[in-house]
Amino acid sequence: MEPKVLFFEDVREGDEAPSLVIPHITRTQIVKYAGASGDFNPIHHDEIYAIRAGNEKVFAMGMLTAGFLSHMITDWVGDGNLRRYKVRFTTRIWPGDTVTCKGKVTRKYTEGGKNFIEAEVFAENQHGEKAVTGSFVAELPSRLKS
Amino acid sequence: MPIQDLIGKEIPTFEMPIERGKIREFAAAIGDDNPIYYDLEYAKKTKFGGILAPPTFTTTKSFWRIGGTNQEIAGLDNRFVLHGEEEYEYFAPILAGDTLTCKGRIADAYEKPGKRGGKMIFVVFEFNFFNQRKEKVLTSRSTLIQTGGVVKE
Repeated sequence: MEPKVLFFEDVREGDEAPSLVIPHITRTQIVKYAGASGDFNPIHHDEIYAIRAGNEKVFAMGMLTAGFLSHMITDWVGDGNLRRYKVRFTTRIWPGDTVTCKGKVTRKYTEGGKNFIEAEVFAENQHGEKAVTGSFVAELPSRLKS
Repeated sequence: MPIQDLIGKEIPTFEMPIERGKIREFAAAIGDDNPIYYDLEYAKKTKFGGILAPPTFTTTKSFWRIGGTNQEIAGLDNRFVLHGEEEYEYFAPILAGDTLTCKGRIADAYEKPGKRGGKMIFVVFEFNFFNQRKEKVLTSRSTLIQTGGVVKE
């Protein structure tokens, strides 16, 4: 299997990323991310603690959704090409939610002989509410020099 | 203590070995099946020459850091703390087998009036990661927000 390559020349401002859907988030997925990341804040895995802190139930770490979003980005722009990635957490993702990750190129430019794209990205729930919004800059290879 | 006094507070420097099994576990947790995170033979043939860490992998620094969590270092009440923002600047690839040194500090701290009264506290942590060749590979910034109490959306 060859890694997918997105060439700078093939990108236009306004292009959209192939979206990524993560259906029906489970508590198991949240716990799996807790174990993988080391985020053992009980608010994400201990239902009693979460309820006592005023929540309806446990909810996903923002970083799990940021991870889904980064997965969409690397599938799109290729491995090792990210130069900057920024996310803002707006609404929480709850067990049972479906997360859809999307992105759109906002700018394409060359600087210091290198080719970059900038894009806006977001992850939304099944109601179209944005849970994570963000942006990234990626350096893309050119067809002109290989 | 005024919240601004937190600015400049240093987080004890720590080492973070980048482990192949941990990358695999992390990639699986975010549901990414890209072979660059799992398949050593495949990864060796890429320009990276090894298993690559996913973009948000350094969040696993929790396992290696010393001196407590961000919340504890800033003296925030965990029940009312939200993760506001996270930002990464990537300078060089991070590969399984690397050993990173992580230097962190509180880059900013301030208060704002809350939308429903009370005050909100914002604390920005900045971490710089260097590999075993002393190359800076990553800068990350985390913004934590402590709300006055329970957050309603």
